[in-house]
Amino acid sequence: MKTIYMDHSATTPVDPRVFSAMIPYYNDVFGNASSVHTPGQKARQAVEDARDKVAALIKATPQEIIFTTGGTEADNQALIGYMQANAHRGRHIITSAIEHHAVLDTCEYLHKQGYDLTVLPVNSLGMVEPQVLKDTMRDDTVLVSIMHANNEIGTIQSIKELAAIAHEGGAVFHTDAVQSFGKLDINVRDMGIDMLSASAHKLYGPKGIGCLYVNKKIKLAKYLHGGAQERNRRAGTENVPAIVGFGVAAQLAGDNRLESAARLTALGQRLQKGILERVPHARLTGHPSLRLPGSVSVCFEFVEGESVLLMLDSYGIAASSGSACTSGSLDPSHVLLAIGLPHVIAHGSLRLTLGHSNTDEDVDYVLDIIPKVVESLRKMSPLYANVGGVA
Amino acid sequence: MYSGKVMEHFMNPRNVGEIELADGIGEVGNPVCGDIMHIEIKVADNIIEDVKFKTFGCAAAIATSSMVTEMVKGRTLEEAERITNRTVAEALDGLPPVKMHCSNLAADALHEAIKDYMKRHPG
Repeated sequence: MKTIYMDHSATTPVDPRVFSAMIPYYNDVFGNASSVHTPGQKARQAVEDARDKVAALIKATPQEIIFTTGGTEADNQALIGYMQANAHRGRHIITSAIEHHAVLDTCEYLHKQGYDLTVLPVNSLGMVEPQVLKDTMRDDTVLVSIMHANNEIGTIQSIKELAAIAHEGGAVFHTDAVQSFGKLDINVRDMGIDMLSASAHKLYGPKGIGCLYVNKKIKLAKYLHGGAQERNRRAGTENVPAIVGFGVAAQLAGDNRLESAARLTALGQRLQKGILERVPHARLTGHPSLRLPGSVSVCFEFVEGESVLLMLDSYGIAASSGSACTSGSLDPSHVLLAIGLPHVIAHGSLRLTLGHSNTDEDVDYVLDIIPKVVESLRKMSPLYANVGGVA
Repeated sequence: MYSGKVMEHFMNPRNVGEIELADGIGEVGNPVCGDIMHIEIKVADNIIEDVKFKTFGCAAAIATSSMVTEMVKGRTLEEAERITNRTVAEALDGLPPVKMHCSNLAADALHEAIKDYMKRHPG
C-alpha cells in the first residue's frame, strides 16, 4: 500500500539534493572546522557557505546565525541566554498560550528561576491580539516571544505589529519560526525580529540541525560551554554535514517558496473544504485564511483523534492529532484549549499538513477515506447516538 | 505502540451496538478525559446471553471494550464480576503504560451494567 504522508509539520523527508550535498562531508571532507589544516579549512568553508544561505533566506547577516541542534535548542538559547545576559534591565517575559513547548516550558523554567512571566491568551482563531500585548507590557518587560506560525492550527501571527509593540515598550522580540521558515516570506529587519528560531528538518533538511538568528545588537549569554565555536556563543564541534544540508535546504526553500506556497495553499484549501463538506459535525480550527500553506486542521465531534489516526494509518494515510492520547497526557493539546475548544471537541482533532510529495490524487483519496473513517467511529460512539446520529 | 491483539480488536471490534430492552446498562468515563464506555447486557438464568458496547475514545478504549464483551458472553454474572480491567488488558497482550489508567475502564462499565441489572431484578 502506498503511504500518503500528510504530516509535514512533524517532519519532512530529506530532499535528495540535500542528501547528496551532505554525503562528502561524512568522509571525504571530514575535517574539524576549527582545525587550521586544509581538511579543517575545507569544512570551515562549507559551514560558512551554509551560514550565508541560511542568513539570506531571512535577510540576516551570516554573523547573526548561530547553528544549533534544532528549534528546541534555539528556543532555549534565545530565552535563557537573553534573560541571563539582560536581567539587570528587567525581569518580565511575555509569551503566548499557543507556543510550542520548547518556548512554553523554557519560559516556565525561567519563571521558576525567579523571572516574571505573562502568558497571553489568543482569540478563537489563534491570534495574539496586538492590543492585549500592548496592555500587558510593563516597564520591566525585556523579552517578548511569540511564534510566527502555529504548528497545530497553522495560524500566522501579525509579527511585524507585535514586534513593534515590544520595541515601543523597550523589549526585544523573539519568534519561533520553526514552522514558517522557508515557507513564508521572512525579513527580520523589516519585521523587527530580534531573535528567531528555525529547524532544518521541517524544510526537507536533516534532523538534528537548526539555527538561532540573533540581531547583532543583542547580547546573549553563552549557552553551551567548552569551546569558542559559533563566535563564542555556542560551544561544540560543528555538525558539518548537517549544516551543509541545512544550507542547501534553505536555498531550495527560498528558490521554490512562491511556487510551492501557491500549490500547497490551493491543495490545502481543497482538502479543507472537502472535509468540511463531506463530514457533518466538523469544524476548522485556526484562522480561515491567515494560515500556513497546506496546513489543514479540523475537529470531528463524537470521535477521538487517536482512533481516527490509527484508522487512517490502516489506509496508508499518515496524519496527526492534538487529542490527549496523542499528547501523552490526560489533556488535549494546550493550543486547542487556548482557542476555546471544549475538551470533548479538542479530543477529536485531526491535522493534515501537506508537502512536496502530495498530489491532487492524494487529496482525492484522503477525501474519500476520511468520511468513512469518521462515520465508522461515530457508529461506535455513545456520544453520537445521543445527538440523534445514525445508530 | 499497541499489541497486535489490540489493533485487531480496534480494527474489527466485536459486539458494537445496543440491545433492545437491555436488562442492564453501564456507562463510565467522561468526555472531558476523552473516554466514555457504554455497555448493555441481556441476562437469562444468571447468564449473560448478549452484550453490546459503544465507546468514545482511543484505540485502547475501543479494544478493551470489544475484548470485555467477548470475554463475558455466555458467562455467569459471578464469573463476569471477577473480570477486572487488568485481566482485560492481559487478554489483549497488554496495553502501553499510559493507557492502563485512562483508557482501561471496560470492566468497570461491565460491572456497572451488572449492578444496574441487580437493581432492576432484586433478589
